[in-house]
Amino acid sequence: MKQMLTLEESANYNRKILNYIHQASETGVYDIRGLGAKRRVPSLDDLVFLTASLSRYPLEGYREKCVTKTVLGTRFAKKPIELEMPITIAGMSFGSLSANVKEALGRAATHMGISTTTGDGGMTPEERNSSKTLVYQCLPSRYGFNPDDVRKADAIEIVVGQGAKPGGGGMLLGLKVSERVARMRTLPPGIDQRSACRHPDWTGPDDLTIKIQELREITDWKVPIYIKFGATRVREDVKLAIKAGADVIVVDGMQGGTAATQEVFIEHAGIPTLPAIRLAVEALEEMDMLGKVQLVVSGGIRTGADVAKALALGADAVAIGQGVLMSLGCNTPHYIDADGRPVDVTEEYQALGTAPGYCHHCQTGLCPVGVTTQHPVLEQRMQPEWGARRLINYLTTLKMELTTIARACGKSNVHHLEREDLVALTVEAAAMAKRPLAGTNWIPGA
Amino acid sequence: MSETFDLKTTTVRAINEHLHGLAPDATGVYEILNPNGSHNIAVGVDAPVEINIRGHAGYFTAGMNKQARVTVYGNVGWSVAENMMSGRVHVKGFASQCAGASGHGGLLVIDGDASSRCGISMKGIDIVVGGSIGHMSAFMAQAGRLVVLGDAGKGLGDSLYEAVIYVRGKIHGLGADARVEDLSEEDRTQIGELLEQAGLSARPAEFTRVASARTLYHWNPTSPQVSVL
Repeated sequence: MKQMLTLEESANYNRKILNYIHQASETGVYDIRGLGAKRRVPSLDDLVFLTASLSRYPLEGYREKCVTKTVLGTRFAKKPIELEMPITIAGMSFGSLSANVKEALGRAATHMGISTTTGDGGMTPEERNSSKTLVYQCLPSRYGFNPDDVRKADAIEIVVGQGAKPGGGGMLLGLKVSERVARMRTLPPGIDQRSACRHPDWTGPDDLTIKIQELREITDWKVPIYIKFGATRVREDVKLAIKAGADVIVVDGMQGGTAATQEVFIEHAGIPTLPAIRLAVEALEEMDMLGKVQLVVSGGIRTGADVAKALALGADAVAIGQGVLMSLGCNTPHYIDADGRPVDVTEEYQALGTAPGYCHHCQTGLCPVGVTTQHPVLEQRMQPEWGARRLINYLTTLKMELTTIARACGKSNVHHLEREDLVALTVEAAAMAKRPLAGTNWIPGA
Repeated sequence: MSETFDLKTTTVRAINEHLHGLAPDATGVYEILNPNGSHNIAVGVDAPVEINIRGHAGYFTAGMNKQARVTVYGNVGWSVAENMMSGRVHVKGFASQCAGASGHGGLLVIDGDASSRCGISMKGIDIVVGGSIGHMSAFMAQAGRLVVLGDAGKGLGDSLYEAVIYVRGKIHGLGADARVEDLSEEDRTQIGELLEQAGLSARPAEFTRVASARTLYHWNPTSPQVSVL
């Protein structure tokens, strides 16, 4: 008689955890990977808009004027950043991305009237020349950081941390460190390039105050200074950044991406973007700085709805990284060749041990669609013109979605979206965003 | 030409603005009086001028310097000559923490002691310290040379890359992946040249060389390191 199988999977020791234990037992090292947190966390998806009906008066869908113009850095800078819509492209390094990708980002951002951002490794001519408005990151590693590029920047972003790895620094594995990348970073090619977790020339917020003044002096007080950090103790960090003299604060939630970091950080450090926005806004309000110091949020911003919800919660703009890469072809089964034909690369995904739709193998430098690579053959698979066209479409869609939601809420300016326009679908989101659970007046913890 | 700025009657902002307006090939001598610990004096200068700061200066003095020859007739606060690209910065007194941090080029001379993290993250700068240096100096230093005539604190050269450290006095402890290596003839020549440039004298043979053991160059030494590039 055939024995019946009893296949009861353990919640504690499910297949993912079993695989983790088995792999750790075989290798003795933790996993490093790219992109952001994959597990479900309370997010902007858990909020919905209370659009107009009898009690509110809507504007006409896609026709009536709805202002998207956004100004960042009005506190001290002589030349604040002016954007055509409240989106900026997040900082991503040359090294993690190819020069072609950096150029595509610059071209699309310029076309859309928004800014793009450098990353670890310095500023490339490709991105400076293609970007009308470029934010220059000052990172702990200071790879490639120099005063000439400081003076070329339209804004400077002091990066304290990143949502994917707050407190964790960064890593560019040797497989991606080409001669050019190594030269820019003053390190030998092929070695793993550790990006430090703390700045070399200041430690606490009091020193940071003087560091900001130094950067202002070098730039003759022209450009805004942003401070970016990963979302952990958001309320305290926002207040310290304000006190240190930031013009703009960038808060990156745990869904934020990375080119390569320990999975234990990606999935277990920092708080989700949803509560991070609320905490940052409360801190600005408590310091009477709402609207005086601008707030940019990032970490899992993907859709026009996400942008609208972030603004309604109090952000002035959002930064997008992973969504931008996916627009350029990340996780698609093919790339487009010079003749405009799709070339299937499913087998190359398989060689990396993954498949289109599941890939997070940016750390290998073997991106089958040529986005997160320095490989001379692979990087040719993402041509700047094609990539810029795709990204312009994506950003245009986000703008259309953002404005259509704003109009439906009766707003002629996307910055008029407000917390009152939102309710939560889950108890967790209600508590984190401090918005009532839909159909109730209940805000847990309020 | 020569100009004098007195920080009793003017501001750091006004001085820096003036210096930033200089042509990249401008020459001349600029005297800065009564610094009284002011921060950010002569930051972002890009001209082969001579700048003399007559007294103690605060944080980030001569930060991001290019070309200029800056002399501080006193002590300096944190991060003197941080991210210096070229030129020369000479501190006649003592320096606080992070002297020469992330410097890409040029020469930093400190006649007295330098506090902790001297030469942190250095990327090609040369630093000569007449006295001793504090703990965690040359942390993650990538390129350049750090010459110390006195002692070095604990954690020297932690996580070093390709920078090289020469210490004449006692080393109170090495950081992760730093090791003492034999002093070669080439080392002695380089030490001699740097001492001469710094205007300091010592016997090169008395120095100990510290460099990276390079065991941390890959986060996982057991994994294949086959570059596809």
